[in-house]
Amino acid sequence: MDLTLSDEQRLLRESADRFVAETFSPEHRKKAANDPLGYSPAIWKQFAELGWLALPISEAHSGLGGGAIEIGLLMEAFGRGLVSEPFLSTVVIGAALVAERGSEAQKQAILPDVAEGKLTLAFAHSERAARFDLAHVDTTAGKTADGWRLNGSKIAVLDGAAADQIIVSARIANANGASGKLGLFLVPAGTPGLTLRDYARLGGGRGCNLDLKDVQLPADALLGDGSDTLPAIETVVDRAMAALGAEAVGIMQTLLDTTLEYTKIRKQFGRPLSANQVIRHRLADMAMQVDEARSMALRAALMANAEPVARSRAASGAKAKIGKCARFVAEQAVQLHGAMGVTEELDIGAYFKRLLAFDTLFGNSAHHYRRHAALSGRAHA
Amino acid sequence: MDLTFSAEERAFEQEVRDFIAGSLTPEMKRATALTPSVFSDPDIGMAWQRALHKKGWGAPGWPVEHGGPDWTPAQRWIFEAECARAGVPNVNVMGVKMVGPVIIGFGSPEQQNFYLPRILSGEDYWCQGYSEPGSGSDLASLKTRAVRDGDDYVINGTKIWTTHAHHANRMFALVRTNDGERQQDGISFILIDMKTPGITTRPILTIGGDHEVNQVFFDDVRVPVANRVGEEGKGWTYGKYLLEFERGSGIASAKLREALKTITDLADSEVTGRAIEDPDIAIRMSEVEVDIDALEMTELRVLSALQTGQNPGAVSSLIKLRVSEIRQAVTRLGVDVIGQDGLAVEPARPFYRLNHEPAIPEELLPVVPEYLNGRAYTIFGGSSEIQRDIIAKMVLGL
Repeated sequence: MDLTLSDEQRLLRESADRFVAETFSPEHRKKAANDPLGYSPAIWKQFAELGWLALPISEAHSGLGGGAIEIGLLMEAFGRGLVSEPFLSTVVIGAALVAERGSEAQKQAILPDVAEGKLTLAFAHSERAARFDLAHVDTTAGKTADGWRLNGSKIAVLDGAAADQIIVSARIANANGASGKLGLFLVPAGTPGLTLRDYARLGGGRGCNLDLKDVQLPADALLGDGSDTLPAIETVVDRAMAALGAEAVGIMQTLLDTTLEYTKIRKQFGRPLSANQVIRHRLADMAMQVDEARSMALRAALMANAEPVARSRAASGAKAKIGKCARFVAEQAVQLHGAMGVTEELDIGAYFKRLLAFDTLFGNSAHHYRRHAALSGRAHA
Repeated sequence: MDLTFSAEERAFEQEVRDFIAGSLTPEMKRATALTPSVFSDPDIGMAWQRALHKKGWGAPGWPVEHGGPDWTPAQRWIFEAECARAGVPNVNVMGVKMVGPVIIGFGSPEQQNFYLPRILSGEDYWCQGYSEPGSGSDLASLKTRAVRDGDDYVINGTKIWTTHAHHANRMFALVRTNDGERQQDGISFILIDMKTPGITTRPILTIGGDHEVNQVFFDDVRVPVANRVGEEGKGWTYGKYLLEFERGSGIASAKLREALKTITDLADSEVTGRAIEDPDIAIRMSEVEVDIDALEMTELRVLSALQTGQNPGAVSSLIKLRVSEIRQAVTRLGVDVIGQDGLAVEPARPFYRLNHEPAIPEELLPVVPEYLNGRAYTIFGGSSEIQRDIIAKMVLGL
């Protein structure tokens, strides 16, 4: 039982905190918000040089073999700076899907390039009709003479427009044409039949909706052997939720710190806001919820390699609880900043929106309480 | 980082399990499950204290020279978690966990030699004389006065919310010996024999129907000056030390998890018409369980910091607030789980020694009283409002 950071982990956290504080200024963020790419390739290159893109990739594939704790340390720092680089899409999700499902040849072709910063990935899975149900996929993959033909629509694809390859989930049609197992397909950017509707994402970065119309792919576009890929998707999404939870903690901590400072400086009726008990108690509640969120993110990371039910319960519990805490902390941060909190003139709004995006990503708080109840055998939830 | 315990710690866990299996009688277990107040009655609680003492585990937090077992923070965690899982009696904390540490920290060698063994063995049963009718959360405004007369103090005044005063043979009390400039000055820490002439005790029934707390009156009560702990006028410092003594070593999540399990088992049975199939109940159970997960992780973070010799810092002051709120959420869930059986009031106590067949299944009896009594969790030991004041000051630096 030891929850203290190792020396290496402490160094990682220090370097991430320092890099983020020096690089991701409000000015930088405003520039990135208007950037069609949504992030800076120059900074992405620095991420690679710092070893961050190689962090969770296995040593056999030119990575550093780190785990969920290290990812969490980075993500918390990224949250503090509202980093919009496609780290989650490419490294936490994309590379992990390849590592979980890919053949050795696919891993060798993709993972070292990700580690070096030469390849970006995105994951196209969610569909409108599915809401938050990971198992609900209507997109189809039909077998052709020399490969696959994909048809369907995806929404909320993070960083899709910037990705060199998009990993698309689809039902693999049986011989009789009925839908069968879930598969993952590597679709290179610009493949004919692929239409992206790119948008600026709430809280920073880019997202897109995606249409696939008779997208022809070679046989080796399928990740892995054609067995059902839902368990791998659940594994990777659970870990992504732990990572997002850590990012949310960084965002919430920044909102708390900023609000605390503001209430000390802002004077009304001849005294600082923070002299009022109602304000002090609100801040105490915010601090408590930030701390609870921190515990839950850490717990989800520590359980990232547990057996599936325990892992999923921890991930859903974290997503649900952190989502609830995030909404409280974000809304109170705006409230305590008064009218300034609802303007673009302060940073508060940007952090607020990032937390709003966090809550809905991979399922909101209510969804994950239901999933937690169902995983706990409380059947009718 | 990892959540697993070492081989030695696992072996210790087994030792604790074996001890509990050999010492916890079915009567103690049933009595504990059917007790809706905070602490077990003395016959049950002290039977367990004697068993712990026999094993050398009577006072886990005490230094070795006074009879502590010299456990690491991880061992204390394992011990508390196993005790919670097994449903052992809730021993009144006033002796081992409250007055003991103050006597160890500030008492004279004579006081230590006399009182500490009697606390360990359960020979003495203690109550705490802190709150007064006019001094609740503002404890330092207390008015009970001790006036020096030769080798005695003469005490006049009253204490309230005195848990188990009707069982206790000793009280540790904060009394005013001087009027200082600040109200915290001039308070002394005194040990009082409850059999001293002039002490009367009035029971106070809680809304759950339990007699756990009392009001105690002092009418010219003579207490030897030798019964003062430490210096005259420094009682506030000792009292605060006592409140902080348990900080960081309190382990509440295991007990809360067990309380939720009890409610879940009821919901998952025909006794409640399978309340668990109500989606609202099922989801609230998950909400509470996740809150306990967060609390447990916070407690483990504190434990880990203690274990590696670091100061856990401010995080531990957040714990009291969450523990009390989660306890209330669990007890509220219980009321909703048992539904209309909650209408039946059973005034007799204790539930484990009724002379008649109760109107509702026995295991449902404590549910509503636990909820009702549990409203006090956010009030005693510094109300939630006081805790938020402390967090604002100590954690946020406001």
